[in-house]
Amino acid sequence: MASAFEYAPAPESRSIVDIAPSYGLFIDGEFTEAADGKVFKTVSPATEEVLSEVAQAGEADVDRAVAAARKAFEKWSALPGSERAKYLFRIARIIQERSRELAVLETLDNGKPIKETRDADLPLVAAHFFYYAGWADKLEHAGFGANPRPLGVAGQVIPWNFPLLMLAWKIAPALATGNTVVLKPAETTPLTALFFADVCRQAGLPKGVVNILPGYGDTGAALVAHPDVNKVAFTGSTAVGKEIARTVAGSRKKLTLELGGKGANIVFDDAPIDQAVEGIVNGIFFNQGQVCCAGSRLLVQESIQDELLDSLKRRLSTLRLGDPLDKNTDIGAINSEEQLARITRLVEQGEAEGAERWSPACEIPSAGYWFAPTLFTNVTQAHTVARDEIFGPVLSVLTFRTPDEAVAKANNTPYGLSAGIWTEKGSRILAVANKLRAGVVWSNTFNKFDPTSPFGGYKESGFGREGGRHGLEAYLDV
Amino acid sequence: MPTTAPNAAHALADVTASDGTLRRFLHGLPGVDAVGLEARAASLGTRSIKTTAKAYAIDLAISMVDLTTLEGADTPGKVRALGAKAVHPDPTDRTTPSTAAVCVYPDMVATAKAAVAGSSVKVASVATAFPAGRVPLTVKLADVREAVAAGADEIDMVIDRGAFLAGHFMKVYDEIVAVREACGTEARLKVIFETGELSTYDNIRRASWLGMLAGADFIKTSTGKVAVNATPANTLLMLEAVRDFRAQTGIQVGVKPAGGIRTSKDAIKFLVLVNETVGEDWLDNHWFRFGASSLLNDLLMQRQKLATGRYSGPDYVTVD
Repeated sequence: MASAFEYAPAPESRSIVDIAPSYGLFIDGEFTEAADGKVFKTVSPATEEVLSEVAQAGEADVDRAVAAARKAFEKWSALPGSERAKYLFRIARIIQERSRELAVLETLDNGKPIKETRDADLPLVAAHFFYYAGWADKLEHAGFGANPRPLGVAGQVIPWNFPLLMLAWKIAPALATGNTVVLKPAETTPLTALFFADVCRQAGLPKGVVNILPGYGDTGAALVAHPDVNKVAFTGSTAVGKEIARTVAGSRKKLTLELGGKGANIVFDDAPIDQAVEGIVNGIFFNQGQVCCAGSRLLVQESIQDELLDSLKRRLSTLRLGDPLDKNTDIGAINSEEQLARITRLVEQGEAEGAERWSPACEIPSAGYWFAPTLFTNVTQAHTVARDEIFGPVLSVLTFRTPDEAVAKANNTPYGLSAGIWTEKGSRILAVANKLRAGVVWSNTFNKFDPTSPFGGYKESGFGREGGRHGLEAYLDV
Repeated sequence: MPTTAPNAAHALADVTASDGTLRRFLHGLPGVDAVGLEARAASLGTRSIKTTAKAYAIDLAISMVDLTTLEGADTPGKVRALGAKAVHPDPTDRTTPSTAAVCVYPDMVATAKAAVAGSSVKVASVATAFPAGRVPLTVKLADVREAVAAGADEIDMVIDRGAFLAGHFMKVYDEIVAVREACGTEARLKVIFETGELSTYDNIRRASWLGMLAGADFIKTSTGKVAVNATPANTLLMLEAVRDFRAQTGIQVGVKPAGGIRTSKDAIKFLVLVNETVGEDWLDNHWFRFGASSLLNDLLMQRQKLATGRYSGPDYVTVD
């Protein structure tokens, strides 16, 4: 927005975090090169600058890491819960103490705004470790029987949209329940996971309890298929999730999948309009829309469509896109060239199919991967942009006339991860929420997370729950 | 400047036909979700304002201050000192902008007017039996007329919160209309809701619309005399109300948070709310004000710090 009041740039200093020119794999408490010496580069999506060179784990490295985790499991699982809790509390406190470093590193590697890493990601990461630390000595009271046992070695594969938060969601409950882990971060965002390896050392965590193996899909596939892995946890795309389900089928491995989504955000005509607009913005433009539970389908009651869209467009015009390290930035960079290409392709398809595309006037930086916040109106259920997960800052707007129609449209998707309801009428919230087939239903808010609250999907959005008491079950023999 | 769209304004005139139509209209406004409103206000409070933006914001904030003294102990001497400060807030730096106005009780208007003569500083007066407003309408109107006759450029009136809370919206409306008439063409009218006493955000939105429908030139949060005065959330809500009102009627209304804004940091947060909610159309002292007395000195100290690189301290600004 052109204004007399232009904010001066307020960049967070990147000098508060040291990025080494190269990183190894973290196996059995030590950083080590890959057996075949392979490396790959990780870049800053906002500038395309190479941040570091990272060892790429191959099958031999997966073998080593799983063996280290297996060995560590004997002692780790035998520790009293209160002892494991001490380590987890220590990790949580170190994360809090080093949260500025971690926030800057995450922003550099991922491209998301520092505002989000600082105010959303890092506090939640610490909260997850604190929360599961609290459970470690109370597992017999979790409702899974008198003496629930850990499963063994957990092979965990996490995505690039919330690198450190997904790591926390995976590692905290696994360690609290007495499992040891081998974790593969995404190839575009390995740095905070490697930083976390250092946090584990600082906390004095026994060797081999946490192992970090950066790499591409083949590394993840080797980990998932490894015969000595007892539990597989994956967050990522539905396509890869299906492949993993096939790999694991017939083995005795336990599996949880947290996959894609196409969340419906339903706005009724009696909604608090200004707050609904904020919720819609937060639902789809948080983390550039690269959120599996993003509210990417807006279902508006026809009677308030014009009013709501006017408000929404006006609000989008105030979003600030640019340098993710600037504390005033609302929209950062898309994580990778590949993802940018996917978003671009789907948006072009949306236009070709006749949906009406709108973006606010905003300057796009010359280097890096960027995509302006985008609205599609005149969208119907038959449009690709209403069905496929775009995983970018693209909102499809549909309308409805009655609550039944809203529910029918919201549920008419292969996914079922999240949904939102906006109305001032309490009875309608309850009635509609009960009919929505989604793992999370937010009312008069969106994208709120808390370690005490379970998260997971229906249908092609996966199965199993992370977070809360339910999140323990996936790591226990019950 | 307001662009008038008489047709839209005329359409809204129907809602003030009776107590019933007015109540239905005010209760038909979109609800306010308190959690979401406060979250939005808090998130705008995290905007980082540095360097040139900060210097701009501080000068803008100074120019928006209604420098206020509303004490039983006010004397002509005190008011003259306040007037002098309003014209030249920082005697050591003549580039400092004047404040928007001095705000005094009606009996001090003539003194204040003389004190700021020849400058851009306006004289505002709290009339209508400020701060409680619990006197008959005839007394309130007399209060207003005396203040206007003495030269007040702006009248800050309090609404009858008792009538509002009892649901007598038409009574509140009629009073504002009567006061608006008493102001004539000489004075602009600021309507004070005392948001702390209205208690809910839904009430604050209804009061905002009620005030604007009745012809307020400004809507103002509070008197500064109760426990809860201006907050980022209630100011954000009132900004949304003036934005929506202009969209419907073409009439622009100003906003004045008052009470409890003491530091430059706070003031800048309010400017961010204005900037990102209603934008530059409201970013001057014709459309946005701070009702504050201690805020000005903090703004001046921050301004000196920006100019010299050093923080001077309270002895380097005047105490009036």
